[in-house]
Amino acid sequence: MKRSIWALPRLRLAAFALLERNFLVWRKLIGPAIVLNFGEPLIYLLGLGLGLGQLVGTVSGLPYLTFLASGVVASSAMTTVSFEGMYSVFTRMVPQKTYDAIMASPLDIDDIVLGEVIWAAIKGLISAIAIMVVAAFLGAVSGGWMALWALPIVFLMGLTFAGPAIVMSAVAGSYDFFNYYFVLVVTPMFMLSGVFFPLDHFPPVLLLAVQFLPLIHAVDLIRPLIVGQPLTHVGLHLAVLSGYALLGYYLAVVFVRRRLWV
Amino acid sequence: MTTVSGLSVTNPIPAVWAKGLVKQFGALRAVDGIDFSIRPGLCFGFLGPNGAGKTTTLKMLLGLVDFDEGELCLLGESLPESARAIRARVGLVPQADNLDPDFTVRENLFMYARFFGLSRADVAERVDALLVFSELTTKADAKVETLSGGMKRRLIIARSLINDPEIVVLDEPTTGLDPQVRHMIWARLSELRARGVTLILTTHYMEEAERLCDELVVMDHGRILDQGSPKALIQKHVESDVIELRGEVSDGLFTMLRSMSAHAERQGTAVYVYTHAPAPILDFLGEDTGLTIIHRRAGLEDVFLRLTGRGLRE
Repeated sequence: MKRSIWALPRLRLAAFALLERNFLVWRKLIGPAIVLNFGEPLIYLLGLGLGLGQLVGTVSGLPYLTFLASGVVASSAMTTVSFEGMYSVFTRMVPQKTYDAIMASPLDIDDIVLGEVIWAAIKGLISAIAIMVVAAFLGAVSGGWMALWALPIVFLMGLTFAGPAIVMSAVAGSYDFFNYYFVLVVTPMFMLSGVFFPLDHFPPVLLLAVQFLPLIHAVDLIRPLIVGQPLTHVGLHLAVLSGYALLGYYLAVVFVRRRLWV
Repeated sequence: MTTVSGLSVTNPIPAVWAKGLVKQFGALRAVDGIDFSIRPGLCFGFLGPNGAGKTTTLKMLLGLVDFDEGELCLLGESLPESARAIRARVGLVPQADNLDPDFTVRENLFMYARFFGLSRADVAERVDALLVFSELTTKADAKVETLSGGMKRRLIIARSLINDPEIVVLDEPTTGLDPQVRHMIWARLSELRARGVTLILTTHYMEEAERLCDELVVMDHGRILDQGSPKALIQKHVESDVIELRGEVSDGLFTMLRSMSAHAERQGTAVYVYTHAPAPILDFLGEDTGLTIIHRRAGLEDVFLRLTGRGLRE
């Protein structure tokens, strides 16, 4: 008769109400959101891609700007999703008490977290689209229309990164706590997943170890699609991303229940 | 007035039925085996000092707190299994402000309807009616953060009605509000009750409980000390009149007063004398005692203090 925080969550369409709420709030703040989504990658790609690219020349047979842009699509989606899952979710969960209000409706934490995970993935997707548009404008999308296949992968990786970020929100005492996750997880993953440089020169042990990082698998799918190279190990990459996504969602539900259930 | 037995025949299903409810927080039994039954269409109050277990009990009604032992049914469906179905038919006015600060007044109402699976078209008329009901029509397009405390509270009450609930649960609905807003909210709650909505509230304002509640329970330390109508509780637990003396009351005088009354107690520099026959005591006290003497009818507050004691609760 007692509820268990470990019970498997149920997936229900009711989660879309939360998605609608977040979308309506986002729409109100669309100006700054667009500036961030388009402005940041534009500066990144221009600065690093063109500036550093002059020195680097080609990487893995690609102009550096092209190499970088395809990686940044993935890494920026990760950062966007992580921000949403931490700062925004924490704001709604703790100071704003939005979830408390929603929990008095028929929705459960299962629905709230599902809505948040999908919403975070959508925000990741929006940032990825912005970067692809900028990259295409700079001539860094050599895969043509096939590059659009990268978008479903971005959405999947968004689901992957949303869960752990929401877990952080559920255990955080304040916003400062998120520094740990950024410094210990997001930034190292950013550096070790082949976004800025290829991993060919890593020692074999390290190369094996980094295979556990989900971002690598996202980059390995997204980059070939954007630059028009053949895909390899598609099943493995999708399995790793999906596995992390499912585990992440489950743990997010468990930890949010632990925080909000009395 | 309908009798209890009459109601129980015409309305066999109580709005709420609880038996042996227990909620344990670590070593603390926040709710310690309580039974109660709430007839539909009434206003039912939970009274008690801080930490009595009122809010915990209220949250159990919506399945927001689960219980360790006992049985709990709302509207004929049992918790926790039917929590979602029950929440669809119940409204909650929480203690804390959890309105959505990114939305306007009207948007808060529309958005909350969506959480109940109601479409915007479904509730368009209801939203307008609720804005009128809560006297927020002129503020409909204002951002929530620009509202005063009283307006926010009215909006939260309006929001709790968005699903046209059969039961509305209110956790200290008027705490921290000025008298004007408090009276306005009391009027609205009476209106809801007149429409047949069951109201369940916690409060520690005795005036609120006496005005609104048809029946109430007094809780302390997770237990129900007694229950009944405010009038019945007053008759049962305290004498009809209270004479309050403020100032230095000598031990001799206090002893005299005790012998003349049913019950007298000291609290700081005040003495409370409870009696069914105030006239002889007032005569005895005369006019030149140098004390401030207040004679009044006994009220719920006296019952409350008699049942829960005068010790401070932090």
